[in-house]
Amino acid sequence: MNHADGPTLADRLRLFLETDPRDVGCERAMELLHVYVELRAAGQAPEERYPGIAAHLRACGPCSDEYEGLLAAVTEL
Amino acid sequence: MASVRRDENGRAAAEDPHQSSPPPLDPVSEEWVTALTSQGAEYEQACARLYGDLLRIAFKELARRHDRHGLSGQELEDVGQQAAADALLAITRKIGQFRGESRFTTWAYKFVIFEVSTQLGRHFRRTRGVPMDTEDWERLPDVLGAGPAEESQARELASAVRSGIDEVLTDHQRKIFVAVVLAGVPLEAVVAELGTNRNAVYKTMFDARRKLRLRLEADGYLDATTRRRS
Repeated sequence: MNHADGPTLADRLRLFLETDPRDVGCERAMELLHVYVELRAAGQAPEERYPGIAAHLRACGPCSDEYEGLLAAVTEL
Repeated sequence: MASVRRDENGRAAAEDPHQSSPPPLDPVSEEWVTALTSQGAEYEQACARLYGDLLRIAFKELARRHDRHGLSGQELEDVGQQAAADALLAITRKIGQFRGESRFTTWAYKFVIFEVSTQLGRHFRRTRGVPMDTEDWERLPDVLGAGPAEESQARELASAVRSGIDEVLTDHQRKIFVAVVLAGVPLEAVVAELGTNRNAVYKTMFDARRKLRLRLEADGYLDATTRRRS
């Protein structure tokens, strides 16, 4: 991997360990995921209404995966 | 599309008084709710139709994640069918909680997407195991994505991370951090192993990451001035 022009190793570690105090956690994010996804599918910006969920989806792999999966499910042809 | 009535902290319409009463359901959602709260043939038919939809979404989701689970044949069938069946059960139990904040199908599909995650986590645990006590510290530089030119720095940071884990994490935090980060175990498999829920494991990881970062900043390994939040 070539990181010559990218962030340093320490930067990447810091990013990995970074936590966002707005992060609402998995339970709350899952409670409102259907609402968040419908806003996105409708072309709106759910992260403006739900910044804590947006913060969580940036940090939580499983919840982010489910967001992508649900969005794909409701936008299928 | 139905309007939103709750904010993300659970305050019912506090920021928008125009949304204080439940929105009317769209006709399709109304039809689903009526059928799934009825009895007899109407209920059975609605369940059968919904199960078909859930099965389709489950396999679509499994296909989307295929490069990560690699399941095929009977294993794939079993996971998809179990996810759809468990989702149907959850939906029929919780239909009274559907408040029309989205279309019914969006709310319902959320359950099957979640069940796909749960089933994949259980399958991983069954077939590959969840090493909660194996600490392969040699992997840490790879986890950090260290390139050949960063070998020396990677060793130094890995050593600092290991010391930080020894000094600031609880045993529980350490076990989960090591399983997820060093061993690369999916969070859902850790959830299945511990018999807990995702929120609890995530919260443990959240606290562990924060404590470790603060320690590494205090020791001068990370630059606190570039921190964005928290």
